[in-house]
Amino acid sequence: MSLLERTRGRERRRDVIGVGVAWLNRLAKSRTIDRFGWRKQTERVVFEATKSGFRTAGALSRSFSAASKLAKPSRLPSARGSGKFDLTPTEDQQTVVEVVREFAAEVLRPAAAVADTDCATEPKVLTASADLGLSLIEVPEELGGIVTERSAMTGVLVAEALSHGDMGQAVACLAPAAVSTAISLWGDETQQATYLPAFTGDSAPAAALAILEPRPLFDPFDLRTRVTGGKLTGVKSLVPRGAEAELFVIAAQLEDRGPALFLVESGHPGVTIEAEPSMGLRAASLSRVILDDVPAVQLGTFDDYIECVRLSRLGWCALSLGTAKAVLDYVTPYVNERIAFGEPISHRQSVAFMVANIAIELEGMRLVTYRAGSRAEQGLSFAREVALARRLCADKGMQIGTDGVQLLGGHGFVKEHPVERWYRDLRAIGIMEGAVLV
Amino acid sequence: MINLETPRKFRAFVNQAHQVAAEMLRPNSRRYDLAEHEYPVELDMLAAMVDGLGASGTGSGAGASGVRRTEGTEDTGVKNGSNLSSVLSIMEMSWGDVGLLLSMPRQGLGNSAIASVASDEQLRRFEGVWAAMAITEPECGSDSASIRTTARRDGDDYIIDGEKIFVTAGGRCDAVVVWATLDKSAGRAAIKSFVVPKDTPGVTVERLEHKLGIRASDTATIRFENCRVPAANLLGSPDIDPGKGFAGVMQTFDNTRPLVAAMAVGVARASLELTRDLLAEAGIEIDYDRPTHLQPAAAATYLQLEADWEAAHLLALQAAWMADNARPNSLEASIAKAKAGRTANDITLRCVELTGTLGYSENHLLEKWSRDSKILDIFEGTQQIQQLIIARRLLGKTSAELK
Repeated sequence: MSLLERTRGRERRRDVIGVGVAWLNRLAKSRTIDRFGWRKQTERVVFEATKSGFRTAGALSRSFSAASKLAKPSRLPSARGSGKFDLTPTEDQQTVVEVVREFAAEVLRPAAAVADTDCATEPKVLTASADLGLSLIEVPEELGGIVTERSAMTGVLVAEALSHGDMGQAVACLAPAAVSTAISLWGDETQQATYLPAFTGDSAPAAALAILEPRPLFDPFDLRTRVTGGKLTGVKSLVPRGAEAELFVIAAQLEDRGPALFLVESGHPGVTIEAEPSMGLRAASLSRVILDDVPAVQLGTFDDYIECVRLSRLGWCALSLGTAKAVLDYVTPYVNERIAFGEPISHRQSVAFMVANIAIELEGMRLVTYRAGSRAEQGLSFAREVALARRLCADKGMQIGTDGVQLLGGHGFVKEHPVERWYRDLRAIGIMEGAVLV
Repeated sequence: MINLETPRKFRAFVNQAHQVAAEMLRPNSRRYDLAEHEYPVELDMLAAMVDGLGASGTGSGAGASGVRRTEGTEDTGVKNGSNLSSVLSIMEMSWGDVGLLLSMPRQGLGNSAIASVASDEQLRRFEGVWAAMAITEPECGSDSASIRTTARRDGDDYIIDGEKIFVTAGGRCDAVVVWATLDKSAGRAAIKSFVVPKDTPGVTVERLEHKLGIRASDTATIRFENCRVPAANLLGSPDIDPGKGFAGVMQTFDNTRPLVAAMAVGVARASLELTRDLLAEAGIEIDYDRPTHLQPAAAATYLQLEADWEAAHLLALQAAWMADNARPNSLEASIAKAKAGRTANDITLRCVELTGTLGYSENHLLEKWSRDSKILDIFEGTQQIQQLIIARRLLGKTSAELK
């Protein structure tokens, strides 16, 4: 049964946007549209439906023209706050998140088990996610993106919403966005002009941000991958969709000067990709990237690299929120329906309190992550806030993952239920560096 | 727009509260911890200052009375109001000394209860009254539905009979907000709260407790014998409405639990700050970028504690922000109280462990904070009661189903 058939016919209340996404999802798979040259036009119609939020329609139509080189690199200004304590997303963010949430529920969740088994996200899912504009959220309007100021908080909300569907596919969908974001945040005018048009154009390339290296006690500020004389050598680990990637952003030690980011095109013979299937995040087609004397161009400064590590950690925190919420949403009806000793197991405090603790810790994770995201987009220091969010999301996120399985008992341990997959995915939060960026 | 920073308009006010805490509460902290039951005379002057802070405009309601919810304003934008400013000021004051904060004249939890549910007429009549809160009885703690103190209607008055324990500021206050039942057979719906002035004939303060912590605050046992109070002192509706159940009196908790969470957050921050300084003297610096596994165990532990603290801090702010914006916040208030209560207790105890003899001895206040914090996971609903409330709400269970 195809993805499409599986989502079809389910009773579900949709608003205009939901209809738009479901429609887009179907249209994106339709060959008819390609044959008649309608694709561009129909995409625009769908994006019009979400326009008040995203400004996508305008941005997208402009993105089809080649971006010419600017006199100096385009840089997004910080978002300007109101000075009020506020937990309400902007109208733009609400619209975007609503679209992404529908996509996660209608497309990612039903495809999650198969993608996990196959260690791959279906191409049509990736296409649909690219059509949603995920790679454009941090790219300035003047470079073909959709934003006029920093939008790390939007990135957090989007990652959270995607991950509620499935973390593995979310990472696969977000991997190219990490590269486009890195180039728009830190690239010079030449790098921006060279690479960003591909991401803002019709078929965005697969691309990946790679920081991790395969060894215990890995430290992103003490890298073994090195760049000497413009050539990069080393091994990168857990790189999403490494085999498909046309472009890499690689973290490496520059001579004896410090760690930084480097742009590497994957066509060079010194680039070898090796599958690295792991405990979880399998839908992201994780791989090792082995680089031997490959030409590399530095992207950004040493300070930019530190910011990159922080923003990437923030992205992983956001992903943990969605999956942890998925656990809470799944176990809540389960413990109410599961009968033992003549009554629902939720009538027992040991069960009910476990559910309460999931809610308590998740709410804390969410606020701490949001604070870090909001500080990042307002141009405030956020090293401390990201560090605390990472600690919390790694610890409590894993606790939620293991409690999710525990609450289902033996049923949680088998693949009939998704909690075992969430358990495997949530273990990644404390380990991952790079791969996603907000 | 999502922003979790201290509101710009409250920054000056928070700074004022911090200075009060640093200059007046901290220096008296140890003294009143050792001299339990001695009246902290400094607080009279301080209370006047707090009243002044409250009247200064920015922080309308610097403390207990700030939890009143106003409705019907035209402004549709996001509000940062007195619930939030109260939480922020209580965090600062508790960073100074939570025992002394609880002894602050006119800032009792009873004042918050009055502010939460009193009519405008009652609010005027009880203005300037220092009100304590009396719920717990010798035979009933968390199970407040089974309280035995009775209120019997007699003409224009109620006659109150019963015994209350663990009344914070019960010895020093002017009045007590007493929970009593109109009809023992009618269950929760019959439980009402009454403002009973201390000088009412029949009110006796039986004794003051000797405690583990918050020794600067007096905790009283109060007996009520044939206490006659005007019917107009009943807070909320006098009707026994089984449909509404506990709603009237429980509404107070939605407002006071974020305040107690704020106390926990304040005490925990005091411990974290001093511990960080002492660790730095020992050569341990906290690095927010390096992986924790590559840092000394003390630094890694500290980061873990600080992460929990950050969560508790923001949860308390969220609960207050929701109250300011007229959103139902029972769930979030309980989540904030649960997280802050257990986190503060854990943090203060771990800080003693991290700092060794410096933390355990009376040279510093770390040992005191670790004693003070325990009550914050108990009063206004224990950790376990909060978990019950949260679980029942998430799972859609009644108290009969999920006991």
